[in-house]
Amino acid sequence: MPVIPAAYLKNRLITLVLTVLIAATLIWIIPRLSPVDPAEIALGRMASGAGTVANSDEILAQLRASMGIDGPLIWQYLSYIGNVLRFDFGLSTASFPTPVSSLIAAALPWTLGLMILSLVITFLIGNLLGALMVWDRSPKLVRVAIPAAMVFTSIPPILSGLLLMWVFAAKLRWFPLTGAYGLTVEPGWSLDFILSVLHHGFLPALSIVIVTFGFWALGMRGLMITVQGEDYVKLAEAKGLRPRYVLYRYMIRNAILPQITAFALKIGLLVAGQVLVERIFAYNGMGKLLYDAILNQDFPVIQGVSFVIILMTAISVFLVDLLYPFIDPRIRHDSA
Amino acid sequence: MTRTSSEAQSGRTPPSRADRRQTRRLRRFDSPWMNPKLFWGLGLLLGIVAIGLLGRLFWNLDLVFTGSNTLKLPPVGFENLRRQEGTWINPLGTDGSGRDMLALIIMGAPNSLFVGLLASLIGMTTGIVLGFTAGFVGGRVDDTIRVLSDVMITIPPLLILVVFQSAFGDVSLTMMALLIAGFVWQSPTRLIRAQVLSMKRSGYVQMAQLSGASVPHIMFREMMPNLVPYLFGSFIASVTTAIVTAVGLEVLGLGPQRIPTLGRTIYEAINAGALIQNLWWWWGLPTLLLGVMFIGLLLINLGLDEVSNPRLRKLS
Repeated sequence: MPVIPAAYLKNRLITLVLTVLIAATLIWIIPRLSPVDPAEIALGRMASGAGTVANSDEILAQLRASMGIDGPLIWQYLSYIGNVLRFDFGLSTASFPTPVSSLIAAALPWTLGLMILSLVITFLIGNLLGALMVWDRSPKLVRVAIPAAMVFTSIPPILSGLLLMWVFAAKLRWFPLTGAYGLTVEPGWSLDFILSVLHHGFLPALSIVIVTFGFWALGMRGLMITVQGEDYVKLAEAKGLRPRYVLYRYMIRNAILPQITAFALKIGLLVAGQVLVERIFAYNGMGKLLYDAILNQDFPVIQGVSFVIILMTAISVFLVDLLYPFIDPRIRHDSA
Repeated sequence: MTRTSSEAQSGRTPPSRADRRQTRRLRRFDSPWMNPKLFWGLGLLLGIVAIGLLGRLFWNLDLVFTGSNTLKLPPVGFENLRRQEGTWINPLGTDGSGRDMLALIIMGAPNSLFVGLLASLIGMTTGIVLGFTAGFVGGRVDDTIRVLSDVMITIPPLLILVVFQSAFGDVSLTMMALLIAGFVWQSPTRLIRAQVLSMKRSGYVQMAQLSGASVPHIMFREMMPNLVPYLFGSFIASVTTAIVTAVGLEVLGLGPQRIPTLGRTIYEAINAGALIQNLWWWWGLPTLLLGVMFIGLLLINLGLDEVSNPRLRKLS
């Protein structure tokens, strides 16, 4: 069992803490540099609802206090950091007395579900296709078709999402256009609901998969080329093992490991891409929450969602970095 | 490298005129920069620039104003749900508020490229400066730069920029590029730092140091030429990231509000339900152009990979 050296662990932990701290600070500073006053926007919303607002100065002061924008800046900052660490982002201004954290808690499972599903599919397909590109026994069609499919990998998932939506939802009507589950089914652990969720989730997941598998395939191709020339592969072939066995047990198993670290660097982009996919599909996740908040100028929600997504990203990178030595014992963290 | 070896060969035996022409021709085609992928990629991007430039000369851009044409007209040769046929006045159709699609594209397509290029130019310059500093100075400075770039590479730019733009409201195109530039300097910094560290130990740099060459000389004359393929590759990668981020912001309804951009056109199309109304030209044309842009960038990147890594060249 490999042991993670303390120095490496310390290093990664510092990076994680700094990432979260810097992100939280940026999210705090930026709105304060802006001339726009969120309390006045909230007051304006009240005024447009009620016609006039009596003792508006008092209400404004109250709103400022509830948003944490009164008192000395350093105090504001410290209490903000304290709140953020407890996942307390205040109350949503658009759907007023709802806490931001409960809105996020409702949206998060959808985002995580979609993300994990599409990620697992992409990882499997991408690595398998990448390996087949190099393997000398794969059919010729595979070798020609995959590089051609690679062209799609440069496209952000929002564009592929639009195309899929148009073809399969608007034209062919095989899949629903928007939402995460049908309006007629009751959320719960019933078969109807699960089928409806899968039906609705198919297109968003597919639009992520078809543009990201190429990243893995390209990486895998490079790794397979190196593995292909290794002695142990030659030996396995010379022993007369079945080629398919050599491919899976000897080549892919050894080539796939560095792919996992590549994942750490890609997480940020994947998350951002998924936020946009959720927005165009009006999928009930963080992306839709963020988009609705932008429309309503609901600053606490915007800040909360951004922070939680950045936190998720930072923690996943941290975990990948830590797990890697367990997956690949060849890696030593002597001087990381 | 290929050049020096072929020169050395031709230096040994004095070649005839036909031989020399032959080698010159071979050398020309053997130049790694004559790469078909690079060529096509650049061609696609130049095509988009050409649409922007020629369009400004030959097309009436006043058609881009709201309500200047009939609403929701299809491109020439198609029919919309109201049985209206496309006309040559608006060859690519019009959007839901009567803006000419061709004029929108002429104005919008170069904007995305502009944001991408400006942002990654700034990011690249920052990356080169920081990477060289970290690699050369070492110690505390190196630690700071390394940790900072590690931290910033984890933060998805889109989310910080969403916070920024929703707080500030409208931004100009240049401002957006500057903001994005704050998030594309990390990978060039890391890349250059790693390369500088490994080159510092190499024979030719140590030779230069021993012979008393100045630090700028070592940086720009000894190290920089070796970095060029990496720099180009990294540049293209950050152009892609920058454009993806910019389009993402626009699709979320942020970004510049007063000038047409491809992302904003898609945003308006989705909000107006263009997918259900079968107004495919409204969202489809900007999507297509962005797709072409990204494919062009990918081809350039693949081409550059082959230029800098001869092993890949043989493979394909």
